[in-house]
Amino acid sequence: MTAPRRLRKELSDLQENTLKAFRDIKADDDNLLRWTGLIVPDNPPYNKGAFRIEINFPAEYPFKPPKINFKTRIYHPNIDEKGQVCLPIISTENWKPATRTDQVVQALVDLINDPEPEHPLRAELAEEFLKDRKKFVKNAEDYTKKHSEKRPAD
Amino acid sequence: MDSDNDNDFCDNVDSGNVSSGDDGDDDFGMEVDLPSSAERQLDADDYQYKVLTTDEIVQHQREIIDDVNLVLKLPTPIMRILLNQFKWDREKLLEKYFDGNIEEFFKDAHVINPFNKAPEAIRQKTTRSQCEECEICFSLLPPDSMTGLECAHRFCLSCWREYLTTKIVAEGLGQTISCAAHGCDILVDDVTVTKLVQDARVRVKYQQLITNSFVECNQLLRWCPSVDCTYAVKVPYAESRRVLCKCGHVFCFACGENWHDPVRCRWLKKWIKKCDDDSETSNWIAANTKECPKCSVTIEKDGGCNHMVCKNQNCKYEFCWVCLSTWEPHGSSWYNCNRYDEDEAKSARDAQEKLRSSLARYLHYYNRYMNHMQSMKFENKLYASVKQKMEEMQQHNMSWIEVQFLKKAVDILCRCRQTLMYTYVFAYYLKKNNQSMIFEDNQKDLESATETLSEYLERDITSENLADIKQKVQDKYRYCEKRCSVLLKHVHEGYDTDWWDYTE
Repeated sequence: MTAPRRLRKELSDLQENTLKAFRDIKADDDNLLRWTGLIVPDNPPYNKGAFRIEINFPAEYPFKPPKINFKTRIYHPNIDEKGQVCLPIISTENWKPATRTDQVVQALVDLINDPEPEHPLRAELAEEFLKDRKKFVKNAEDYTKKHSEKRPAD
Repeated sequence: MDSDNDNDFCDNVDSGNVSSGDDGDDDFGMEVDLPSSAERQLDADDYQYKVLTTDEIVQHQREIIDDVNLVLKLPTPIMRILLNQFKWDREKLLEKYFDGNIEEFFKDAHVINPFNKAPEAIRQKTTRSQCEECEICFSLLPPDSMTGLECAHRFCLSCWREYLTTKIVAEGLGQTISCAAHGCDILVDDVTVTKLVQDARVRVKYQQLITNSFVECNQLLRWCPSVDCTYAVKVPYAESRRVLCKCGHVFCFACGENWHDPVRCRWLKKWIKKCDDDSETSNWIAANTKECPKCSVTIEKDGGCNHMVCKNQNCKYEFCWVCLSTWEPHGSSWYNCNRYDEDEAKSARDAQEKLRSSLARYLHYYNRYMNHMQSMKFENKLYASVKQKMEEMQQHNMSWIEVQFLKKAVDILCRCRQTLMYTYVFAYYLKKNNQSMIFEDNQKDLESATETLSEYLERDITSENLADIKQKVQDKYRYCEKRCSVLLKHVHEGYDTDWWDYTE
């Protein structure tokens, strides 16, 4: 099995060389295939909070891609109410076994900071994002204040 | 004419089987060996298609590769990828190759330019070092356990194997598997796959996938759509044509449906979709129910009383089933339902009338289409009973060749039925004009002749009246054949000269 060795190595690499925008990375005590971490975006309207995500690796990892779920609710065109996110880098067609988790997380952070309204999961938010940016930012800020976690001190 | 023939046959029967045998032989020699001109036109003419086995398909693939390589002289695995990217259209490939930027040509095809030696250098550099880390499993391994494509991304053999197996087995990818490196779109060639994958089942699956994609993206090839048939048909140019597979299935090359002359693929596709959408249930609903005039909910009349109360709890409208207007004024004199001319009722009826008449029109064509389809299924039983009759006759006084007319008659019957079946699809989309009326006359003639032939074959033949009916059957099937060819010719002439107007 390739998965455990690679996952242990990826986890320790990530914990040692922390990404600024991805903190508090942990694997479940009894399950190396399930990780959690905290996304800390730089760009408004998300830069006032932090968002907990869960990464689930399949047993066939890295030959099949991991899945990402938001545990914290977020007002974002590319993330739906259930916390599902549409990230091309981990779609079955695009997935490469040599893609590392830090690259996946980086792609996710980029998506949070710069929404892609062209491929929305929530069409109504994408429309608001395009047509009334002010209102979108206001709503997203309010939502972040209400639902997001506290950003780590540093 | 008829009575003459009857006499002939009576004479023959009387005088024993010698002369009758001779007569029959002459007749049948022609019938069996020479198909009628109409059939010849449909079957043979200049359309030289071939039925290929899987091995022949693989062989054909090789031939195309070698053919293009007479000009380009590239490694075979690369040529295979390139051709696949160009959907096996060699002209397009050559045009693009000589037309533009070679660098871009290879980049677009996700292949490393074989004329570039740069990657070679990188690879040699990496081979020199002692141990390499596989970026997939993070193991440190000696260089001989590592391999990669021309793009120089190297991974260990077991990760490669696992990666390729996942793509082939779980995702069904063949010629479109790319290098396992992050962001690299260079494609893995078939020789590399076969070298790295040892499991025979995975290899077979891979071979199937690339053969399948070869047939599917090649415009001159089509798999026989018959269940479990593994042949493909190769044609000289793609067109709606009747092709006969070695398994016996006859289909249209362009769309893969059963051969459907005279209707065109486009309309047949529309028709099949319509029939699928308008399921039996919705047909029944439309034909047997009315809509509440107020809330439009669908209502079935389940008793004799015409005083309807809508069961929609938000509506509860009371109306008359007959005239669809409000119940109130009906009172006790409702039996005459003298409310028919009320404006309100009229508009309600008009709306339903319109829906109903378009449905009636559809059902008219659909029923006839389905009826011929059903009959065709029964005709298969007819083959069995006819075979039995043919055997019986041979035990009496007729030779094998003399009784072949029966099988031929069923063949023609089936062909006429199939043609008739598709004439109703054609007619459904046809707008009325002078030519469409001629078409309908042709259809009528063919249909009534076909029904008579069917009746002869199904009921009228007994071993006693055989000689008598033989001439009748032969006359009739010749007539059917002729009518069929007249009808088809007329429709085709209409296609060529734009007679046909369509309803959609």
